[in-house]
Amino acid sequence: MIAELGLGLLWLAAGLAIIQSGLGMLGLWQTNRPELGNAVRPVAVAQALLIGISFACLIYLFIVSDMSVKLVVANSHSDKPMLYKVSGAWGNHEGSMLLWVAVLAIAGAGIALAERRVRRDTLIATLMAQGLLALGFYAFLLFSSNPFERLNPAPQDGQGLNPLLQDPGLAFHPPTLYFGYVGMSVAFSYAVGALITRDVGPAFARAMRPWVLGAWVMLTLGITAGSYWAYYELGWGGWWFWDPVENASLMPWLAATALLHSVTVLATRDALRAWTVMLAVVAFSMSIVGTFLVRSGILTSVHAFAVDPQRGSFILALMLIYIGGALALFALRVGTVREGAVFEPVSREAALVLNNLFLTVILGVVLIGTLYPIVAQGFGQQVSIGPPYFNPAAGSVALMLIVVMAAGPLMRWRSDSAPKVLRRLAIPLAIGIVSLLVVRLLAPDMGVLPWLGLSTALLAGTGSIAPLWKRNLLRTPLFTWGMVVAHLGVAVALAGMAVDSAFFKERLVAVSEGQTTEVGPFSVKLVSVEPIIGPNWTAIEATMEARRGDGQPTTLHPQARNYSTPPTDTSEAAITTHIDGQLYAVLGKQGQDGRWQLRLWWKPLVTFIWLGGFMIALGGLLALVGRVWRERRGMKSEEIAA
Amino acid sequence: MKAKKQRLILALLGLGAVVGAGLLAASGLKTEASFFFAPGDVAGIDLPLGKAVRLGGMVADKSIRHDADGVTIHFVVEDGKAKVPVVFKGIAPDLFKENSGVVAEGEFRADGSFVASNLLAKHDERYMPPELDGKMHKTGSLKS
Repeated sequence: MIAELGLGLLWLAAGLAIIQSGLGMLGLWQTNRPELGNAVRPVAVAQALLIGISFACLIYLFIVSDMSVKLVVANSHSDKPMLYKVSGAWGNHEGSMLLWVAVLAIAGAGIALAERRVRRDTLIATLMAQGLLALGFYAFLLFSSNPFERLNPAPQDGQGLNPLLQDPGLAFHPPTLYFGYVGMSVAFSYAVGALITRDVGPAFARAMRPWVLGAWVMLTLGITAGSYWAYYELGWGGWWFWDPVENASLMPWLAATALLHSVTVLATRDALRAWTVMLAVVAFSMSIVGTFLVRSGILTSVHAFAVDPQRGSFILALMLIYIGGALALFALRVGTVREGAVFEPVSREAALVLNNLFLTVILGVVLIGTLYPIVAQGFGQQVSIGPPYFNPAAGSVALMLIVVMAAGPLMRWRSDSAPKVLRRLAIPLAIGIVSLLVVRLLAPDMGVLPWLGLSTALLAGTGSIAPLWKRNLLRTPLFTWGMVVAHLGVAVALAGMAVDSAFFKERLVAVSEGQTTEVGPFSVKLVSVEPIIGPNWTAIEATMEARRGDGQPTTLHPQARNYSTPPTDTSEAAITTHIDGQLYAVLGKQGQDGRWQLRLWWKPLVTFIWLGGFMIALGGLLALVGRVWRERRGMKSEEIAA
Repeated sequence: MKAKKQRLILALLGLGAVVGAGLLAASGLKTEASFFFAPGDVAGIDLPLGKAVRLGGMVADKSIRHDADGVTIHFVVEDGKAKVPVVFKGIAPDLFKENSGVVAEGEFRADGSFVASNLLAKHDERYMPPELDGKMHKTGSLKS
């Protein structure tokens, strides 16, 4: 019954999306009949309400483990912990698409209810674009991925959720990324709206900015959490693998980062108009490409749910229609976008353009590296592209980008002089150069990228707090704090990456119980190995004692787990966090002579990577709150901002 | 006029960034793309020495041998046409076993053997890496 209700609501919401876009078009076309346009807002709110309830129905079906629903059977099991029953609702192809469109519609309702800054016709055009966007996903859900499909006869119990996904962090990883993707599509709808009504200017940029910021914060959190998950769950000791699925979330983030900076230029300085609209199109396209890569089944990973080629072609068609349509609209209307304000080659605007260019290059490199194996496969060639390609190509450009990141905030808007900028940047530059020399002397074997990376991190770290120099910290606006925290986060994360990849220690040994081995500054003793039983798994668990010098021993419990539904083996790494890094232990197999394989890592400063990621997200959040707060108080001080 | 000129410069810069990314990517792909081989593919050709490649096939029956250090294993990958001896140091995946599919990441040595730095085994009964699936069907060693 609940499943039928959910499906019915899904159909109704799809109908409302048609009405929403249709009314929007009519309203824009027949300007003498304002009631048409006025109706768009309530329709958008109603659509969000219906699809929201429909998604709630799906969650309910998972909570009560309704085994007559195909999706529940395929992804849940009655003895699974409650958290994973709920997260099972979106931990699969159909459910995640339903979540996608639900979030999109709720964002649309948010615009309809709260947006007061942009022109009325731009708002209508924006909601129309939203309706059209949602429509494609409704069609996808209803015609090829019905989440409410019944199974007859109903089986006794379900097949369970992939154990790799049974992790508290992972329960919230997909929705976080989806909020990010969907936020980018809202920004895109604004761009389409402004293009249609020829309203590309600061007001439109101010309306779009909170969505870009919010989406960017979500993407940052999603990527950071995903990276940590891969680190501790896969048991390989790495934190970024350039896996296509990781790239699928990195690419929208890169585009969003560029958009975030250019939209600020447009909002405060009225420059970079066409540029910002183009970036909104690119950022949205990357979100769609990301969804496509992850959901089409073209990639082999825990994320690729759909193996049905029909679905892949459906998403591909949607992607081509949306991206092609957006680019066509841009090409048609870019001529009507007037030139923005002029700036000098040495100015903050110019630094932000440079930032955008570097981000574009990184994005291009990652995009080509990600798509190349897929294209090559079409030509019958099996290729995989990994770190040897991505690290030097993307890394070198990223380092230049981070130097610009340190310099940009120290430059004046519109026009500045190079000697003055250099003088303001003197201390960070000096620190960067000195550290280049010192690091080379202390660690002559360090790789080139980590060496440059560590020095750049020190330069950028000091450079990013320089804007607070000689300022009244209490009166510094919240969004300036946001910028400082986010930029400092980039430096912190970079320092973590450089130090970990240069100085990590790895040990692979086979030891008997009671034996001790060394890794980095630790001596680790394998005390015992015993079987244990968990809620829906059994495992072999090792007890280890790690001791650093004469200090107190800490205990580690790595496991080799065995899940029953579906039958899967996973390795649970044990990690202890210390002030200067993490000790990471993986339990391997037992040899015929009774010895156990152990893989141990000492990973210095590795926590900085995720700490930096969270600082970046926190910075974005501060900027978002600061902007919204200032606008709420009606202060017209955008011009003296930042 | 000034604004028009600035817009032109910006457009050219944007175009330059895209072209630059393409060139950077192309040069990287030329040297760093890691190709997939089945044992039959490398029989009788010049081995791609010193390059990261992937080798996929079946682990030959009774070929897994453990070294005394407890962490080094030797085994043979075959595809019905040829065999390649592989050495791997590390913790093998749980589903790594004889007569089962495997993809080894690593390098060829001049003597025709393969040094693996990472092993990917079949995840579960239903899973098969797509590239391996294609290869195995092509070489006809998988009956399905």
